[in-house]
Amino acid sequence: MHGLAHRRTTATIAAAAVAALLAACGSDTKPSTTTTGGSSGAPASGQSITYWASDQGSSIADDVKVLTPELKAFTAQTGIKVNLEVIGWNDLLNRILAATTSGQGPDVVNIGNTWSASLQATGAFLPVSSDVMTQIGDTGRFLPGALAATGAAGKPPVGVPIYSTAYGLYYNKAAFAAAGIATPPATWEDLVADGKKLTDGAGKWGLTLEAGQIPENAHAAFVFSEQQGGSWFDDAGKPTFTTPQNVAAIKQIVDFMAADKIVNPSDAESSNGTEALQEFASGKAAMLMWQPAGANLAKYGMTADQYGVAPLPFPASPPAGSKHIDSMVGGINLAVFANTKHKDAALQLVKFLTSQPEEITLNKAYGSLPSVSDAYSDPAFKTSDDTVLQNVLASSATAMPEIAQESQFETSVGTAMKTLFADAASGKAITDAMVGDALNQAQQKMEAGG
Amino acid sequence: MTVATDRGRSLRRLAAADRRRSTRHKALPYLLLLPAVCFELLVHVIPMLVGVWISFKQLTIYFIRNWTGAPSAGLNNYRFALNFNNAVGKALLHSFYVTLGFTVLVVALSWLIGTGAAVLMQNPFRGRGLLRTYFLVPYALPAFSATITWEFMFQRDHGLVNQVIVHDLHLTSHAPFWLIGNNAFASLVITAVWRTWPFAFLVVTAGMQSIPTDLYEAAVMDGAGVWQRLRKITLPSLRPVNLVLVLVLFLWNFNDFNTPFVLFGNVAAPQANLLSLQIYDTSFQNWNFGSGSAMSVLLLLFLLVVTAIYLVATSRGRKAADV
Amino acid sequence: MSSTPGPARSPGAAKYRSPLAPPKSFLWTRRIALTLLGLFTATPLFVMISSSVKPLVDVQGTFDWVPSHLTFQPYVEMWSTVPLGRYFVNSTVVAACSTAISVVIAIFAAYAVSRYRFRGRQVFRVTVLSTQMFPGILFLLPLYLIYVNIGNDTGITLSNTRLGLIVTYLTFTLPFSIWLLAGYFDSIPRELDEAAAVDGSGPLGTLLRIVVPAARPGIITVGVYSFMTAWGEVLFASVMTDDNTRTLAVGLRNYASENDVYWNQIMAASLVVSVPVVVAFLALQRYLIAGLTAGSVK
Repeated sequence: MHGLAHRRTTATIAAAAVAALLAACGSDTKPSTTTTGGSSGAPASGQSITYWASDQGSSIADDVKVLTPELKAFTAQTGIKVNLEVIGWNDLLNRILAATTSGQGPDVVNIGNTWSASLQATGAFLPVSSDVMTQIGDTGRFLPGALAATGAAGKPPVGVPIYSTAYGLYYNKAAFAAAGIATPPATWEDLVADGKKLTDGAGKWGLTLEAGQIPENAHAAFVFSEQQGGSWFDDAGKPTFTTPQNVAAIKQIVDFMAADKIVNPSDAESSNGTEALQEFASGKAAMLMWQPAGANLAKYGMTADQYGVAPLPFPASPPAGSKHIDSMVGGINLAVFANTKHKDAALQLVKFLTSQPEEITLNKAYGSLPSVSDAYSDPAFKTSDDTVLQNVLASSATAMPEIAQESQFETSVGTAMKTLFADAASGKAITDAMVGDALNQAQQKMEAGG
Repeated sequence: MTVATDRGRSLRRLAAADRRRSTRHKALPYLLLLPAVCFELLVHVIPMLVGVWISFKQLTIYFIRNWTGAPSAGLNNYRFALNFNNAVGKALLHSFYVTLGFTVLVVALSWLIGTGAAVLMQNPFRGRGLLRTYFLVPYALPAFSATITWEFMFQRDHGLVNQVIVHDLHLTSHAPFWLIGNNAFASLVITAVWRTWPFAFLVVTAGMQSIPTDLYEAAVMDGAGVWQRLRKITLPSLRPVNLVLVLVLFLWNFNDFNTPFVLFGNVAAPQANLLSLQIYDTSFQNWNFGSGSAMSVLLLLFLLVVTAIYLVATSRGRKAADV
Repeated sequence: MSSTPGPARSPGAAKYRSPLAPPKSFLWTRRIALTLLGLFTATPLFVMISSSVKPLVDVQGTFDWVPSHLTFQPYVEMWSTVPLGRYFVNSTVVAACSTAISVVIAIFAAYAVSRYRFRGRQVFRVTVLSTQMFPGILFLLPLYLIYVNIGNDTGITLSNTRLGLIVTYLTFTLPFSIWLLAGYFDSIPRELDEAAAVDGSGPLGTLLRIVVPAARPGIITVGVYSFMTAWGEVLFASVMTDDNTRTLAVGLRNYASENDVYWNQIMAASLVVSVPVVVAFLALQRYLIAGLTAGSVK
């Protein structure tokens, strides 16, 4: 009798204690991510959607500051509430992956446009079919190059571009003048020669690279390979990493540090995406290959008159098959999650954010280029720097391989280059065999991922 | 009921009563365990089983959205991970060696330093309490704070380490790298040892509390010096503590993800690419969860085997020592 | 507890050299070794503290032993560069709750393991301990998927919530806690239980009135361990939280993922988020030593 009562009490108290603690702790204040209620048929007004923005500004807080008033304006206009979450680049892909796997995610999300084909393959995003496109707006407004980076050819794209970027060669005018160099280099041979003049062996270097950063490496690998007449994938989508052209391309990049010695070996350690900018802004390096950098350089105290921007150089005597490409099409796309319960509201937000005034406001704030032609009327995008990059984007930039394995290509090749840079930094000479071996291993790893 | 009947019984007979009562209270221990079992099932056991299931699936980018429908991979994921002629298998094997070397070094160094410090501080001296507290700070510091600080110190151009080596002591004119290349392994070991040895110190210090003082007094009467006392009394008495300590340190370090991840980010130098990071890459960078899970299962099997061997070997030794 | 046992402690014996007193060579070894160890321990702490009061330009150039000028700006700015305050609240709630629940559950379980001989006891002990071997990466994704499914089926949201993290972390620390507490309970004489039983206490009364107070050092040890684990976990927190529920361990990374690396703020924030744990740990260390003594030495 007695014992039974005790037993019951024990169990009850044990259970109650746990339940009470869980209840006390579980009183979460966060709004649920998957918003409930409303179907795509219902009027969008009054609905509430979640928007994951990528980190475009100088800090997440900065992004929130830029986006909040715009989203408020959107709510005032449409009655649709937007829960904004700005996600750092370290986390964004993982968060999208988790959301894809669980089916529980935001309604609208920013994706790096090089991920387009990879994410397209997951089926997680709403295909932008032609009637979806009519809801968003006129296809003709978007820059053709940017529009090409929204998915694999022949399939409906999975997003529309919102911010665009392209690579340019930033050069320090004062350093160039001091070294007696009149114009920015047009060929890599010139760049190396200039770089040697600008490298003084006492802390000043000709060129700076973010050599420990995987995406930066992969972007360079892509552009240099195009110029060598190479390609990372054949027409069937099979990786062709070890072709002589690709080996030459990677060796050329790593040799800036290993053989030409115009890059500070310390750059092999740079992986935050900020070090190269700082090296350039502080005058420790005279050249920088970067996507629109003006806003960041200004933050480090470098004014627009102190540097110039030119297109990336080309080989003096282009090898057979060389393509006149000097940048990948960079940028951010807006995608709608396929699982959204608020398709109309989500598309309205996409339409709003890619409208002319928003494209102007946001790209101005972030220092990127508008992805729609009608936004270029704004004088902010008529500076000489921007014009150079616009020309690159319009005429000599091409999208990264639009295939599902693109993100794996970036990881495997970018990592292989990071390791080669580490070798170069420790004084090793880089041989074709080393590069070929590294690329061969990268290819095997990538094939394993499929 | 039991309580009433027990009242008044002599203490000597209580043990027997206790045993009887235990059998009567059959359900009670299970009820007491119930919450623990539920949480273990939810968070550890079931997810682990799902993980094992995934390791037989071809769970790649194409199937993550409908992961239950991922096609079967049979043993392919395992075959792939263990094919040492392929870059993936080769890298995995390499990571395994790196991890083994890392773990053995960290456990050995942490144990040596921790035990050494505990032994040196066994006898009271002025400031001992304060110093003991101070030595525990690295362990108390959250792992990420400590590791971020080490990352900062290991930077080639801005770090304290090179400041000391190159500029203050002029040991070398060419500043070495610590976060990439060969030295990355050393950096990893140093960071892990810095964080781990205080734990060994704490546990060994605790273990020493239970060594009776008269053992030492008797040894001194027999003319035993410091060294002999250490060998004949302290270390043998610490054996049970050390058995557990070494095993725990081994398991923690072998599975360590925080240190390399915070120190190097997603991509570590090959020389310092621990298994946990390698598996993370396979799963979350290359989007191949089937392959990643297979590697995790292999890791788990390895740890199970090592632990089992360790426990059997040490328990046999213990029995022999008891005889 | 007697935290300073060991030989030769009679207070009046300052001049008298006990036969147990160590020789000179030992004293010198001790001095040198502990000094070196002290320096090794101090270096990162020094870097953390000194860098946290440096202006940004100082931490971007070569390392300087002293700040060019002292500034507390990093301590002000760190709250706005990333939402550190929110992360702090999240970490506190998550760590405190998972600790409280974990300790309660571990006490019940350890009591069962220590005081009862029941079928499955050995299986439970072995299973629970072997979970210590599970590589976190193996069950990260499955656990996340299970949480999502629980959310879809029952409405209890475990993914991306503090509740989910609490449940996860409390389970992480259960095996070690149960093991340590069971060891500790074993060391508490059964006679105490019996005496309580004689006085009319049921099992629960005995546990609460006798065992728990007697096992205080062990319980504190387990609590500190649970709190530290929850406070510092990175891998699961990085996948299972969103902006609202992010904890410090993950949030701190955001200082470096921005377009600038605010090393001075990172160091200041590292210091600030470490202080509660370190202070609590050090304040409770006497109990830790006692707790580990009884728990592990059996």
